Amino acid sequence: MKSAGTIVAVALLIAAGIAIAPLAATEIPPAERRSGYSFMAPDTKAIQDDDTANPGMLWVLDGEALWNSKAGATGNACADCHNDARASMKGVAARYPAYDKALARPVNLEQRINLCRTRQQQATPFAFESRDLLALTAFVAEQSRGAAIAPEATAELAPFVAKGRDFFMRRQGQLNLGCTNCHDDNWDKHLAGSAVTQALPTGYPIYRLEWQSLGSLQRRLRNCITGMRAQNYDYGAPELVELELYLMTRARGMPIETPAVRP
Amino acid sequence: MLALPCAAGGQELRPYTITGDAIVESLTGAPGDAVRGRALVLERTSTCILCHSGPFPEEKFQGDLAPSLSGSGSRWSKGQLRLRLVSASRLNPATIMPSYYRVDGLDRVAPAWRGKPILSAEQIEDIVAYLATLLE
Ligand code: HEC
Ligand code: HEC
Repeated sequence: MKSAGTIVAVALLIAAGIAIAPLAATEIPPAERRSGYSFMAPDTKAIQDDDTANPGMLWVLDGEALWNSKAGATGNACADCHNDARASMKGVAARYPAYDKALARPVNLEQRINLCRTRQQQATPFAFESRDLLALTAFVAEQSRGAAIAPEATAELAPFVAKGRDFFMRRQGQLNLGCTNCHDDNWDKHLAGSAVTQALPTGYPIYRLEWQSLGSLQRRLRNCITGMRAQNYDYGAPELVELELYLMTRARGMPIETPAVRP
Repeated sequence: MLALPCAAGGQELRPYTITGDAIVESLTGAPGDAVRGRALVLERTSTCILCHSGPFPEEKFQGDLAPSLSGSGSRWSKGQLRLRLVSASRLNPATIMPSYYRVDGLDRVAPAWRGKPILSAEQIEDIVAYLATLLE
């Protein structure tokens, strides 16, 4: 593979300015997809499996209280419009990010919750990664636990999925890596001590042991972007939502695990 | 033989000459320090052991995205190791190994790292000196 001859030939081709197409990145075939859960050690799996041990459930409980508490100028609680979340929110997280007609772009679940706050409750939006927003998001998403991930396959969303995919495939940052280099091509390997995994967003918001906290999918994405030493995006940026959307299409059909636990 | 111009903008890279698959001359004009090189390879910010393993019994977390560094000095000359570190993608355009002494051709680099190579010429020489001692 690394015969000096080949290397010299390649070096000369490059020197001559002949572009060599990088090997096409291969997306993971559906039958080989595995949740981040399956890469975890048995003791970490046990934390996720037991609701009384899973710290994420504390946020879910807080979220339930917020669901039922009145807020904003209209004095409405989420429950005043949506009633029992166990029925009305079932399956909702499985199809987010979803298209918002007024904004003409996809919004993620946190943004949807904040749109309800501003549009329906006439309350101020929660800050990204605040305890309240994570709690409400975790509570809503938990109603979809076990539901199959099913992002809408509409013509309106298609260009945003495509943008997310482009971002995932593109090399960037000082380390010149693309998401695909690790998560499509090396998911059976380890980066120092960490399993690389397939980057499937099955359990967000997650309780991450390293964070000692619940955190959103965007927090996780920002971690990887920082690791690549690439320019980051603010929470809620369209680019991060597009990336979320693309990741959900990769996970189509897999069950929601929220609140998942990760190392 | 091919002489490379310095990258435009940012930190000035020292010029070097690629001969075949190697950079024969030290980037600094002086030999590196193998002891410092070993410490650098193990340092998290150098990123090497995120992907590579090697003869580092004290380090619990080593990567397996890349071949072990053990025996590097038997397989490659110092000049070959130097080009591999400076710009592995010149040897294999599809490689995931970053180019440690390059500032051009990169996309969306975070402001803190923009215009800077990942390692300095001195650091590359120290690592080359260390890798050359890894004989099998
Ligand atoms: C150099 C390798 C590398 C690159 C490049 C990389 N990641 Fe990751 N990613 C990891 C590792 C390692 C983990 C697991 C970390 C852990 O569990 O400690 C991870 C975790 C994730 C997860 C969490 C999966 C789960 O089960 O919860 C997502 C999602 C993700 N990455 C998406 C991305 C995206 C999107 C990009 C590009 C913007 C990217 N990654 C770039 C190595 C990488
Ligand atoms: C993101 C992954 C990654 C990082 C970080 C990385 N490498 Fe590599 N390295 C590779 C891969 C993959 C190869 C195999 C050949 C190829 O793909 O170019 C390789 C090959 C090598 C080789 C040749 C190995 C052999 O004998 O065949 C040496 C020496 C080497 N790397 C040294 C280093 C050093 C020193 C550092 C840090 C300064 C480093 N690498 C950082 C991925 C990486």
